[in-house]
Amino acid sequence: MAILQTLITVLYYGLIAYVAVILIWNFSKTRKWEQEVLYIIVLIPFLLRLFRLK
Amino acid sequence: MTVAGNGSENRGGGAPLVRKLVLGALGVLLLVTSGLSFYRHRHLEEPVVLSDGVTEVKKLSDYFDGIRGTVNDCNVYFFEGAEPGATMFVMGGTHPEEPAARLAAWLIAENAVMEQGRLIVVLSGNRSATTVTRLGGAYPPDFAIPTDWGAQTFRLGDRWSNPLDQWPDPEVYIHYPSRQYLAYVDARNLNRTWPGRPDGTLTERTTYALLELIRRENVDIFIDLHEAELQYPVISTIVTHERGEELAIFVSMMLSDEEFNIGTEYSPKNLHGLSHREVGDASQAISLLFEAPEPFLDATRGRTTREQLLTGIDEFVMKAGEHGLLFEHIDESGWPIDVRVGRHTSTVLQTMEAWTELYPDRPLSCRGVPRYAEVIAEGLGHWLHDPSEAAPGRLVTE
Repeated sequence: MAILQTLITVLYYGLIAYVAVILIWNFSKTRKWEQEVLYIIVLIPFLLRLFRLK
Repeated sequence: MTVAGNGSENRGGGAPLVRKLVLGALGVLLLVTSGLSFYRHRHLEEPVVLSDGVTEVKKLSDYFDGIRGTVNDCNVYFFEGAEPGATMFVMGGTHPEEPAARLAAWLIAENAVMEQGRLIVVLSGNRSATTVTRLGGAYPPDFAIPTDWGAQTFRLGDRWSNPLDQWPDPEVYIHYPSRQYLAYVDARNLNRTWPGRPDGTLTERTTYALLELIRRENVDIFIDLHEAELQYPVISTIVTHERGEELAIFVSMMLSDEEFNIGTEYSPKNLHGLSHREVGDASQAISLLFEAPEPFLDATRGRTTREQLLTGIDEFVMKAGEHGLLFEHIDESGWPIDVRVGRHTSTVLQTMEAWTELYPDRPLSCRGVPRYAEVIAEGLGHWLHDPSEAAPGRLVTE
């Protein structure tokens, strides 16, 4: 159980980092201001988790 | 996940690069401010000015190495009496969203002097759960108790271990060793993981370590301090393992006659993972659990604020009471933190007195800890000591 949890946690943090990079990439590419705002708002909880703050 | 492709629109007007820089800066600002708030909450150091009666401070990992270096490697305070007697272990912080439990243990740690017998105190049974509040619950991250020398700030916690320390949750939590099915989130609930196991999750390893402490220190009475919502039937009571029946009823009778009403309830034999059941079954100790009323926990409460946490005043919980939905009385005066803490300190002291009457050859007696009326009269902050005036070596942090 504990080993499985560790494995899933590592994969989860990898997934978070991947999604965060995609969000930043999309933010840099879009030219719609609504999407830029959306990407920033969505990105914050991913970064908070990635940095183990929340 | 798709990369934005229709980048030809620019309905916001203005230079896109400047706008991105501004929005990016705002995002960083939000990230930093929220991140700092969460970081400060998780790392807030709470001072404990050791009572003259504290003879030793150990770590929980001294009893089980598997907890060493983790967030749950909490302090264990020992009070060796001048004369021999029994051993009592009082624990706060099983559920750190129930602050009266931690604060009552705090008053003991800062004021108790054992005259007969030995006392062991833990302030943060589940320290991980003190570093997070209810996700999505908009709980305040901390609260301050006014004292004679200023205000002392404490972390407000949650019922469950921080997901940063134990994750993911299972679909269904299967309790070890009973294999009883419990709610998935209770895999992180310290009061659902007794007796624990050495190779389990962080929460299971914590209860395993605590049980090792109870066994090795030959604890006679284990007391787990809690608070409960008024809509929960197990409130204002002592929940006892069957081996503690006589003691609990004796305490309940004395307190109800002299200080405040408190009941007694039996630990259900088929509800597993709770301290009052598993500690009593798995060790030599009599296991008791004390519940005080905390309107802050009620689902029908209004705004979840520091004020409500400390005053216990809530018009919506009162309204629920008017409709007969509560198991404890509430009026305009609420359930102030002083009252809740005083209930716990008096119940602990009364348990020592009752134990000594029942087992005079192994007494327990303690001085320095305020009882119910004293906590209410002076305010619990009066019994918290100024960390800046602590003698060398007598200040630790939780």
